[in-house]
Amino acid sequence: MGGETLFGRIWNLHRIKPLGGGVDLLFVDRHLVHDLEAGPRLAALAARGLPVLRPDLTFATPDHAVVTTPGRATAATAAAADGTTSAGSLLADMRRRTAAAGIKLFDLGEPGQGIVHVIGPELGLSLPGLLIVCGDSHTCTHGGLGALAFGIGSSEVEHVLATQSLRQSRPATLRLRIDGRRAPGVGAKDLMLYAIGRFGTAAARGHAIEYAGAAVVALDVEARLTLCNLSIEMGAKIGMIAPDSTVFEYIAGRHYAPKGAQWEPAVAAWSALASDADAVFDRELCVDAAAVAPQITWGTSPQDVVGIDAVVPDPDAVGDPALRRSRRAALDYMGLSPGQRLEGTPIDWVFIGSCTNGRLSDLREAAAVVRGRRVAARVNAWVVPGSENVRRAARAEGLDKIFLEAGFQWREPGCSLCLGANGELIPPGQRSVSTTNRNFVGRQGPGARTHIASPATAAAAAIAGAIADVRKLPPAQVR
Amino acid sequence: MAQPFRPLTAILAPLPRANVDTEVIIPIGRLISHRRGTLGPFCFEPWRYLPDGSPDPQFALNEPRYAGARILLGGANFGCGSSREAAVWALWDLGIRCVIAESFGDIFRANCFQNGLLPVTLDAATLAWLTTWAGARRPPLLGVDLQHSRLLAAGRSIPFVIDPERRTALLEGLDDIGLTLKSLADIRTFIRRDLATRPWAQSAGGG
Ligand code: SF4
Repeated sequence: MGGETLFGRIWNLHRIKPLGGGVDLLFVDRHLVHDLEAGPRLAALAARGLPVLRPDLTFATPDHAVVTTPGRATAATAAAADGTTSAGSLLADMRRRTAAAGIKLFDLGEPGQGIVHVIGPELGLSLPGLLIVCGDSHTCTHGGLGALAFGIGSSEVEHVLATQSLRQSRPATLRLRIDGRRAPGVGAKDLMLYAIGRFGTAAARGHAIEYAGAAVVALDVEARLTLCNLSIEMGAKIGMIAPDSTVFEYIAGRHYAPKGAQWEPAVAAWSALASDADAVFDRELCVDAAAVAPQITWGTSPQDVVGIDAVVPDPDAVGDPALRRSRRAALDYMGLSPGQRLEGTPIDWVFIGSCTNGRLSDLREAAAVVRGRRVAARVNAWVVPGSENVRRAARAEGLDKIFLEAGFQWREPGCSLCLGANGELIPPGQRSVSTTNRNFVGRQGPGARTHIASPATAAAAAIAGAIADVRKLPPAQVR
Repeated sequence: MAQPFRPLTAILAPLPRANVDTEVIIPIGRLISHRRGTLGPFCFEPWRYLPDGSPDPQFALNEPRYAGARILLGGANFGCGSSREAAVWALWDLGIRCVIAESFGDIFRANCFQNGLLPVTLDAATLAWLTTWAGARRPPLLGVDLQHSRLLAAGRSIPFVIDPERRTALLEGLDDIGLTLKSLADIRTFIRRDLATRPWAQSAGGG
């Protein structure tokens, strides 16, 4: 019999009891709640006359539906106070109900506010070995720290609020090895888009992914979060990486992280989580990092992706008729033709942000491209920091100035153009290069055409006014 | 809380596309402005209507022969993408009680069970047969017999596999929260034991 996996160890640690039929009752260590769920779910719980079992393990923040207009705190507060907008009443409801339940809320303008998957790691709420859930599919992000983290539906959010537990059937395991060295200009986002393009958006359905290999170990913590964030786009609810000293150094001193006498035993326990050398996975996949170029999507699924220097693939070249039809429909929606070079395709919008690429290292990467240059005249370019703390740290480094001087908008933290739930939308037919994770039909607004890419590639597109290869940008004249 | 799943004989509408995502099933904007129970008109909105707001005759669910469909036939990876449970609510509000597909997004599938909507997984060959059958038959009335885990298509009985616990919960409309609250003592025991071995895990804020 083979050894235990990272996933299996953490799952077993959280098993309260088996419920039969392959379903386990699992204990939840951290429950993150955002503005689309907090008010409605707490209301539903109250209607059943049930209390929140562990408000001390539940943390809330508004991110999905808040506007990110500079100086918004006052405007949003006003809207919330009179409940005139749906988003405003969601926020007002969230404030009232989290306060009544004794749940910590990181509110607008406060350190700690931000996209749930950015604030969890940043505040030390997300730790190795924890079971973390949130009513959002990108909860897999937290697996970058070695946590077992996954997204849940609304009923399950209610279930966790009431019982601090979940009924779950155990997924199979899949190890994705990424070996080799990344070329310059290639980041975690590119590695993962490449893997999704190669294996497909359903490849890891029903599996928990463990990322391993030299190219994974070489990633810093924020890049690991980006990698795990995209697990759901390969079909997996869970993606994780064995915690190591890189992670422990990142966690040390964070606000909610273990301190004092608790630190050493915690690190000892985290160090013992990694998969055994003889652990057996249900499936194994491999990618060579050295083969990966900066990636860009051309269609309406994250698997519709190619290297930045490639041409739009021909739907007629695929054998499967259903796939051929869906690729034709995608090209139609995107306003692209087979064989067309993506590089040089004019764009209207650039969005840098989201739980995939809205962290400090992402803003640094984009700023390094933007510094000393100007956004092309026709392009609306936005930077939306992933959290209030990211915003403040970036300002302290002067990144806001670099973006503003180049002609970017520098906005308040939230999900913003990633899903357009806050009224911030890309107009129909307009084309955006976005550091987000989904290019679905209508995701950034009805008729919006989204190309997903890394922060460096998005920044290069803003400067060029067209899809561009960041590796070919001439050196900037530093002013 | 879910309603018990009753025996069903209803029109089957084919939507044989792969990777139908929850964003297309219910756009986020509608979900913010409209309540559960009223989402039917916005289900599949990006595909269902022409730019002038009239129904797109090309879209299967708009074809007269599939009017009133309560069973939907999808492709592979149906319900991928966002975890929004409103995707299931929107299908429910549209009248759909059963979705048949080659495979489902994991979170969407779990959400179906929470709301009394039956997700049936079939192999690609059977699915292709059903799609052709639904296209040729007028009206394409399909029977869903959950008790015996089978579909009934004009004389042909198609078995499907479903976890027995899930089947019982669907048939009886059992509520997960109610069930788990019966295990509250076990949860509290776990918490006590766990506190001794992983004190940092249960005290956000550290020492
Ligand atoms: S940034 Fe986008 S993907 Fe991430 S939580 Fe917000 S809406 Fe979801």
